[in-house]
Amino acid sequence: MPNKNLNQLESYEAYIRRKKLTFVIAFAATIIVGLFAISSGSLKIPIPEVFNSFFGKATPQSQITIMNIRLPRVTAAIVVGAVLAVSGAVMQCVLQNPLASASTLGVSQGAAFGAALGIIVFGGGVVNSDSAATAVTISNPYIVTICAFLFGSLSTFVVILLSQFKKDLGPAGLILAGVALSSLFTGGSTLLQYFADETKISSVVFWTFGNLGSAGWTEILILTIVLFFALVYFLLNRWNYNAMESGADTAKSLGVNTRRVMLVSMGICSLASAVAVSFVGIISFVGLVAPHIMRRFVGNDYRYLIPCSAVAGSLLLILADTFARLIIAPVILPIGAITSFLGAPLFLYLLFRGFNSNG
Amino acid sequence: MVEVSNISFAYDKSDRKILEDISFDIKQNECIAVLGNNGAGKSTLLKCIDRICTPDEGIVMVDGKNVYKMSKTMMAQNIAYVPQSSTSINMTVFDSILLGRKPYIKWDASSEDRQIVSDIIHKMKLEDFALRTVSRLSGGEAQKVMLARALAQEPKLLLLDEPTSNLDPRNQHEVLQTVKKIARENNICVAIVIHDLNLAIRYCDRFVFLKDSKLFSYGGLEVMTPENIEKVYQMHVHITEYMGIPIIVPFPDEKVTD
Repeated sequence: MPNKNLNQLESYEAYIRRKKLTFVIAFAATIIVGLFAISSGSLKIPIPEVFNSFFGKATPQSQITIMNIRLPRVTAAIVVGAVLAVSGAVMQCVLQNPLASASTLGVSQGAAFGAALGIIVFGGGVVNSDSAATAVTISNPYIVTICAFLFGSLSTFVVILLSQFKKDLGPAGLILAGVALSSLFTGGSTLLQYFADETKISSVVFWTFGNLGSAGWTEILILTIVLFFALVYFLLNRWNYNAMESGADTAKSLGVNTRRVMLVSMGICSLASAVAVSFVGIISFVGLVAPHIMRRFVGNDYRYLIPCSAVAGSLLLILADTFARLIIAPVILPIGAITSFLGAPLFLYLLFRGFNSNG
Repeated sequence: MVEVSNISFAYDKSDRKILEDISFDIKQNECIAVLGNNGAGKSTLLKCIDRICTPDEGIVMVDGKNVYKMSKTMMAQNIAYVPQSSTSINMTVFDSILLGRKPYIKWDASSEDRQIVSDIIHKMKLEDFALRTVSRLSGGEAQKVMLARALAQEPKLLLLDEPTSNLDPRNQHEVLQTVKKIARENNICVAIVIHDLNLAIRYCDRFVFLKDSKLFSYGGLEVMTPENIEKVYQMHVHITEYMGIPIIVPFPDEKVTD
């Protein structure tokens, strides 16, 4: 029945088009919300003026506000959100665990410990209180960033190293090792804070709140490069991830080197997330929730889940950051908390509405 | 033509051997049954053949080529494997079967790949489910999808680990009939791990009996004797025939003379 076959192929094409459309819609939404985020704030800048500023034709005041404050902030949200969400999607696949994200293997906890070490021990956190909005600033950020990055990526490399000695350590074992190391870092942070003075403690706490404003153009550029290479690797492996969704044995029989894909993916996810976290502090929940929101629309099909998650992460983080900036302006609420406040209800809604997860 | 020679496997060097020096061959279009009680090493044997487990010794030749020396992708083009239990998959039937084309896909699935999938869906009578999620299908339908995925690999050797264990009687026969038909049409060698002796004797051409990690017996209908079955399964059976169909009737209460 060639006719029936044809119909079937056509309906499959239509189904694939729907997935592509999901990406296009999410992408367009990100741009629109991004523009809105740039235009809003204590200084209202109309959208046309925002466009003008991209070509250097806005009024000096708008130009400076956009280029030095708003645009870097929104761009940081886009890149950080994408990195965290893509890492979450891939971690959930390779560790075969819906709760996995970069934090599962201790990236956030390690980075928090690193930051605490940088601020308290290496004196990276000299504080000054100039306004209510920035109660505490970290005046020597590089040492803090470097420490946060080193310790953020450390636990994953310990886990990968351990897995080399015990070859039959499966995903569950890796997660447990990550949990153990996370709690080690959390304990370490607590001890450091116990012996630190109040100003340094508040610096540490402020760092862990997360702040998208702390990423300048250099940081954004570094993170964009990291995101690019991570995305290339993940997309090259998208068929492998799809195969791994069907179970490790099936994946192996389809020619996937499951162990290598798992360990390399873990390493890349952790490195990329560690870079993001060390620049902007801890931003929870995006890495977990953005991929799951997209799973509701495109299923566990990594051909589309990877790009869609990236965009969903960006969108979620811009929304959260704009909310955090505007809700009780001029005070900027901690972004780490807001992502959870906005993400959790949205996620619960999608979960219980039982959105058609045909995928 | 498949030749399995001297396969030995242990999970740990010091541990007891799961498989000891197993050798047999499968001819073109032939369907062999791998039989033995629980823990005899049947599933492990299939996994060793497909290098999901790496055997300590032995070689597997498919069409005169050593599969252990092939790249993983090359091997996936030669051998397809359907595991015993499939995890619930949040992916459509079409996409699941398309995964079988993975060993051939360079960057993205070609229209030829999609055509092959479409043909297999038609052949396996899965048209009504093509865009449904696998995890929402019944056990029988999902099993057919897994089989379809393996066939999309266009393998020379098809390994099935208890393909009928989740199926109702009608589906058991339907799946095995399909396997046999496709094996014949496409010149595929098939090895099936199966517990149901009546299905085995009816659909398989030759029989591999595993007992205590070793090959107990290998051959055609002549090895399907009450004596052999009794020794392997520790259970008394009678073999009879009804309208030309061989039937194995178990008598579990009768004493086994060992």
